[in-house]
Amino acid sequence: MSGYQGKKNIPRITSDRLLVKGAKIVNDDQSFLADIYMEDGVIKQIGDNLIVPGGVKIIEAHGRMVMPGGIDVHTRFQMPDRGMVSADDFYQGTKAALAGGTTMIIDHVVQEPGVSLVAAFKQWREWADSKSCCDYSLHVDITSWNTGTQEEMETLVKDHGVNSFLVYLAYKDVFQLSDSQIYEVLSVIRDLGAIAQVHAENGDIIAEEQRRILELGITGPEGHVLSRPEEVEAEAVNRAVTIANQTNCPLYITKVMSKSAADVIALARKKGAVVYGEPISASLGTDGTHYWSKNWAKAASYVTSPPLSPDPTTPDYLNSLLSCGDLQVTGSAHCTFQTSQRAIGKDDFTLIPEGTNGTEERMSLIWDKCVVTGKMDENQFVAVTSTNAAKIFNVFPRKGRIAVGSDADLVLWDPDMTKIISAKTHNLAVEYNIFEGIEVRGGPVVVISQGKIVLEEGSLHPTEGCGRYISRKPFSDHVYKRIKARSRLTELRGVPRGHYDGPVCEVTVTPKMMSTVSSSSFSLSGAQADDNIPRRNTQRIVAPPGGRANITNLG
Amino acid sequence: MELLHQAHQRIRDLEDKTEIQRRQIKDLEEKVVCQLGDLVCDCSVIYFLDDCGTMCVAVAARVITSVTAVSGSTMAERRGNWDKAEDDLPVYLARPGTADQVPRQKYGGLFCNVEGAFESKTIDFDALSVGQRGSRTPRTARRETGQEARSPDSDRKISPVEESPAASKQGGKHSPRVEFSTSGSKEVLQNLGDEKSERLLVKGGRIVNDDQSFHADIYMEDGVIKQIGDNLIVPGGVKTVEANGKMVIPGGIDIHTHFQMPYRGTTTVDDFAQGSKAALAGGTTMIVDHVIPDPGCSLMEAYDQWRQWADEKSCCDYSLHVDITHWNDSVKQEVESLIKEKGVNSFQVYMAYKDYYQMSNSELYDIFSFLAERGGIAEVHAENGEIIAEEQARMLQMGITGPEGHVLSRPEELEAEAVFRAITIASQTNCPLYVTRVMSKSAADIISQARKRGNVVFGEPITASLGTDGTHYWSKNWAKAASFVTSPPLSPDPTTPDYLNTMLSSGDLSVTGSAHCTFSVAQKAIGKDDFTQIPEGVNGVEERMSLIWDKAVTTGKMDENMFVAVTSTNAAKILNLYPRKGRIAVGSDADLVIWDTDSIRTITAKTHNSAAEYNIFEGMELRGAPQAVICQGKIVVEDGTLHVVSGVGRFIPCSAFPDFAYKRIKARKQLAVLRAVPRGMYDGPVSEFSMSRGGTPSASARTSPTKQPSRNLHHSGFSLAGPTIPDDIPIRPAGRRIVVPPGGRSNITSLS
Repeated sequence: MSGYQGKKNIPRITSDRLLVKGAKIVNDDQSFLADIYMEDGVIKQIGDNLIVPGGVKIIEAHGRMVMPGGIDVHTRFQMPDRGMVSADDFYQGTKAALAGGTTMIIDHVVQEPGVSLVAAFKQWREWADSKSCCDYSLHVDITSWNTGTQEEMETLVKDHGVNSFLVYLAYKDVFQLSDSQIYEVLSVIRDLGAIAQVHAENGDIIAEEQRRILELGITGPEGHVLSRPEEVEAEAVNRAVTIANQTNCPLYITKVMSKSAADVIALARKKGAVVYGEPISASLGTDGTHYWSKNWAKAASYVTSPPLSPDPTTPDYLNSLLSCGDLQVTGSAHCTFQTSQRAIGKDDFTLIPEGTNGTEERMSLIWDKCVVTGKMDENQFVAVTSTNAAKIFNVFPRKGRIAVGSDADLVLWDPDMTKIISAKTHNLAVEYNIFEGIEVRGGPVVVISQGKIVLEEGSLHPTEGCGRYISRKPFSDHVYKRIKARSRLTELRGVPRGHYDGPVCEVTVTPKMMSTVSSSSFSLSGAQADDNIPRRNTQRIVAPPGGRANITNLG
Repeated sequence: MELLHQAHQRIRDLEDKTEIQRRQIKDLEEKVVCQLGDLVCDCSVIYFLDDCGTMCVAVAARVITSVTAVSGSTMAERRGNWDKAEDDLPVYLARPGTADQVPRQKYGGLFCNVEGAFESKTIDFDALSVGQRGSRTPRTARRETGQEARSPDSDRKISPVEESPAASKQGGKHSPRVEFSTSGSKEVLQNLGDEKSERLLVKGGRIVNDDQSFHADIYMEDGVIKQIGDNLIVPGGVKTVEANGKMVIPGGIDIHTHFQMPYRGTTTVDDFAQGSKAALAGGTTMIVDHVIPDPGCSLMEAYDQWRQWADEKSCCDYSLHVDITHWNDSVKQEVESLIKEKGVNSFQVYMAYKDYYQMSNSELYDIFSFLAERGGIAEVHAENGEIIAEEQARMLQMGITGPEGHVLSRPEELEAEAVFRAITIASQTNCPLYVTRVMSKSAADIISQARKRGNVVFGEPITASLGTDGTHYWSKNWAKAASFVTSPPLSPDPTTPDYLNTMLSSGDLSVTGSAHCTFSVAQKAIGKDDFTQIPEGVNGVEERMSLIWDKAVTTGKMDENMFVAVTSTNAAKILNLYPRKGRIAVGSDADLVIWDTDSIRTITAKTHNSAAEYNIFEGMELRGAPQAVICQGKIVVEDGTLHVVSGVGRFIPCSAFPDFAYKRIKARKQLAVLRAVPRGMYDGPVSEFSMSRGGTPSASARTSPTKQPSRNLHHSGFSLAGPTIPDDIPIRPAGRRIVVPPGGRSNITSLS
């Protein structure tokens, strides 16, 4: 399907110049037939009868769909966990991503204790720069909240092109932050113009449930899902939405795994909250019944948090919400461990390292579950696999769109191709594939990353280390237009009143009720103001001098 | 063919006729609309002289009625002049539910006597004669006109023959009055002394329970209902109350009060005497107060203290909730003995008041599972205290120090969020949940959704949230604005009261309280420069019943039976006091209210029975009020005159495991037994790992310092059979076989 045009005597045919002929270009808004010419990794021309220089490699699309390469917004390649490292490193992981039609990944930087955010970020940069085969970017996880964190976040946003931070509502005593801390983190994130990502599960309840389940003698992987019921996820999502509304901060829920969590997001969006939901390959493609598998290793391979829902109708439901726009982006949360690594939790499910595969299967799975079934069309498919992600994380239209000037990350998609997913054939380093045996329709025929063909006729030619770091600017329009409008709109003002000069009751005891104000960098001055004012007899209550602030959400 | 043609012609004619009629209707409608417009103007003029938003409701009600009346008669070409329709109004509104007399039903009650038990044994001339006389003629029976019971130092037993002169006067003027009389044989039985005061007959009332209404007489003795039916055989010397077809409902139960609550060295202005007096004046014959121990103090001591206060002063029966303000093993023991020995079955925890009362999620989980095991009801004050603390700091920083800061720092969402979280935890622990003070639409929505999913959760809107809204926080009058301060705050959304009334009517919210907790202006002024210091609480114990009647029954949202359910029956069921309280049945306590659906009164601080200077319902005109209130078998309110005796109130112990909540909980407990999967041993390689923190953490159970396997805390009696075996098995190094709990059944998720 690809051939060489032009004179045979051109000595070196670089794949830097590529022409895709006769393609049906699919963007998130429309599909149209045109040729695409790209050079140096950038799309230079789109149209019919393009004038292109000689020595161009031509790909005949024959009217097949060409869409923007997928963006996997959530991966955890090469993630350290208690002295181990997840099985797929940046090379293996991005290779698998490319094989599945994904040309950009966004990985999570998980700060080690005692290591600063910036240092952790640099560590990840180093790993990814040396190994990644496709463009990448990085989210940074906030796992503790102390004085220096805010400055580090500022540095990351301003100097390192990070515009998204993840906080955890789960993992009690490890990563979990309290509601007050999250309020503060979210306030900082809003001021910086970044996006707050939340791992939403109620860690307190989980800790209690885990203890109870272990006490009951349940130590296998089924204990994992039993101790993390769906409601606990929905509760945390609801809480995160509330806090985000209070702080007027855009919110992004990673790993939407259950119907009820998705419902909470959908409801919040209806009320006007700026919230995005990310279902992952695992939750879209399979369910949690496998936790009861008699095969321990298989059951353990499904362990991830929040867990897959045991309700077998969940994938279908999430696919529907994804199709109707209530959920917007898809990731894979790809974080794989070998069976021997999983086995450290063989006698205690709480020790099983968490994570599932999915970066390779993501695009095909969604095509099969949503487009083939008629839930969404090809444009919506592009939206949920790449465009929305690019918009939210402010790399649009460089990524996530086929347009002149965009990066030459393309996928030539074959809607009829069928494939049976199996651990035997996948591009991963692990023994189990959670989608084992699922037959999917639709897959990439040709994948072009950075203007180079990396997948062609089933053979993969990735180049280790060619992936570039894509820096992302803050105040993404897609997200912040509304936030900005709201912060202008919602101002608070005190009521100007005459002085109260009636009798005042004597207070004998020190203030008890509601007198405590947690002091954060934000609230400090407030608390002081409060402290400084003694109980004067007649103090005029002043309106804030020009002070403007936002109260609530629109909803 | 001919026939067909004719038929067509006919049809066309008919259509034409219909068209004409339709046009006529339209004209009429237009006319009506015009007139309605006038009417609305009139009404507005009239009512705007008064104050307050309730008037709008009154106007609306009138308009709606008019529309009904008119549209019903549009086809009748010309009807009587417009005023007539208006004249009809009060009658229409006077009889919500059925306007017609329900066929007299003798043996309607659930707890009624055996059929025919009292029939045609002896003809009870006395009772009959009383009935006849009472029907219309002014009575000649002698009565004492003294008002001695008003003074608390008088005899604790109120004289049965006492009656307010106003009552008798009015009784003579209007036919449907409640009349009080003693039976003809009174003189004969004079020697019975004050014992006769314990005997009371309510004649000719329409008994309204939560399930049905029927006509019957009620005879009560010694504070207990002894007989219900017609032609009751009663001993002589019985005081008779002639209800004249008016509704007789079980006395209200105010499930949430804070009388005499200590607050930073002062106490709320309404003590148990003042508060329960106000309650009786409003038709509430039982209150349930909250015991609030200071954090760190003994629950038991606090309970004893409250018992002492209430026993001394309360004018009506009472019961107590106990608030859990801190949590540890000794508190746990105290809670257990309160349930077992002290008759407390409901405990409130706080999700707000950071660093003071607030409980963490883990503590909530712990408390809920403990209560679920012991058969208690978990009540929550649902607001996210952490975010409130942040918001308060922000408000103060912005210079907002007035009462409006209170509502700005506690947005509706925070309430909804906490309700959601409480429901999740309760559902995990399989504990019945009771959300106190539902103040906002969104909180009510969350409760309603949870109930639809099958959670055992009850919501309690309070008088304030049903009757008024939070716009008053912006009042220029600081004292007025401050008088509305309560937590969660009244919602600034003026449609909230209506919404909550609807939810109450549909059964999504179950009970009503008042959260009556009043402070004087001077006390509120503690927070004049800082809204976070304003003592919180609003009035409402007196207004509760009338307000719900006015907002929910006269507007047609609920019927009289539902009214009884939300004002008393449901509360009694939740507290496990049913059918002793909350029902008119043989054997129930003689706490009754004769309800006058027509009476209209205007709420004002000048006339209310609370000691507070402000009434948050000031100027509201409410339709429906108690005409007579009978508490413990004694008449305490007659036609607006109160005869209360401080200290007669008894403590009513509540027993654990109320059926209303626990039947479902028990069934679920039996169902929800978890089972492990029996697997072969894993004998593959195992990676080396360090237990240090980092990476994907999962060992949260292990790392939690507070929660070491304190065994059995969460084991219910139902699930114990399973876990005992695995408990003994330590985590063996490798290849341990995971056993199935003997006889255990697996169930993965909750019912919801």
